[in-house]
Amino acid sequence: MLILTCPYCGVTGEETEFHGGGEAHVKRFGPGSSDSEFRDYLFSKVNPKGVHFERWRHNNGCGKWFHAARDTMTLEVYGTYPAQTFEPPQEIKDAITAKRPGWSWREFS
Amino acid sequence: MSEAVSALQGASYDGIAQVREIGLQGMITLRGDLGNTALKKAAAAATGQDMPGQRKANVKDDSGIAWMSPDELLILVPYDAVDARLEALGKALAKQHHMAVNVSDARAVFELSGGPVVREVIAKLCPVDMAVGAFGAGDFRRTRMAQVPAAFWMPDENSVRIVCFRSVAQYVFDLLKGAAAPGSAVGYLA
Repeated sequence: MLILTCPYCGVTGEETEFHGGGEAHVKRFGPGSSDSEFRDYLFSKVNPKGVHFERWRHNNGCGKWFHAARDTMTLEVYGTYPAQTFEPPQEIKDAITAKRPGWSWREFS
Repeated sequence: MSEAVSALQGASYDGIAQVREIGLQGMITLRGDLGNTALKKAAAAATGQDMPGQRKANVKDDSGIAWMSPDELLILVPYDAVDARLEALGKALAKQHHMAVNVSDARAVFELSGGPVVREVIAKLCPVDMAVGAFGAGDFRRTRMAQVPAAFWMPDENSVRIVCFRSVAQYVFDLLKGAAAPGSAVGYLA
């Protein structure tokens, strides 16, 4: 059971109050992109053992989308942050580094 | 004119706590920039209550404001006054980007009363810490009640008001009946 904190309404709740929305920080490739870019945008998702970044929605609450950094192996949640960002904030990265030195995820580390 | 009726027409149940559908309650969803002075003033004028902080509700009897999300308020007014308050809100916020909608007939409101045991009744159904100190009078919470979304607040230490969608009113009433069944007190929170 994950315990997540919604960065918009401040509620700390268990995961049944939220809904997972897949991988975070996916860059959209739409009209004008190449077939392989569009394929990767749609289907090429990472499935790491360890540090992972995901989108979540507080669907039984304020209804906002946010991002969460968590560990798929230990189910530890390193932190949550608003979705209006292109990369994880430094404090989230620092929190992960403290627990998992040398971590990397896609282009972030 | 058709006669307005609430979802369960005032159904009630008596167990370790009392469950009652409170009947018609005027409700307005107001969305916009909650930091905006005009919006704060308009919401206060419609209800006679101050703007609540995050996850708080200022409600007195059937008038008040509840904080639903960073850009949404639930405005409670007497049922008969909804149309007039809605018009006043629209006028006051004519120059602001906002949305105000009458949702009175889209929701059902329940009152749970009967002392501190109401905390246990809610705790059986919602993933919320209902301990004294963690949740109390003035707090407002949107969450999940078994399988459906619901929101509630405590007008005082001995009662809870619950808002849910009208389409699931019977389901929520049945849930509350089960959680308040005689002999089902857990004795952990109260």
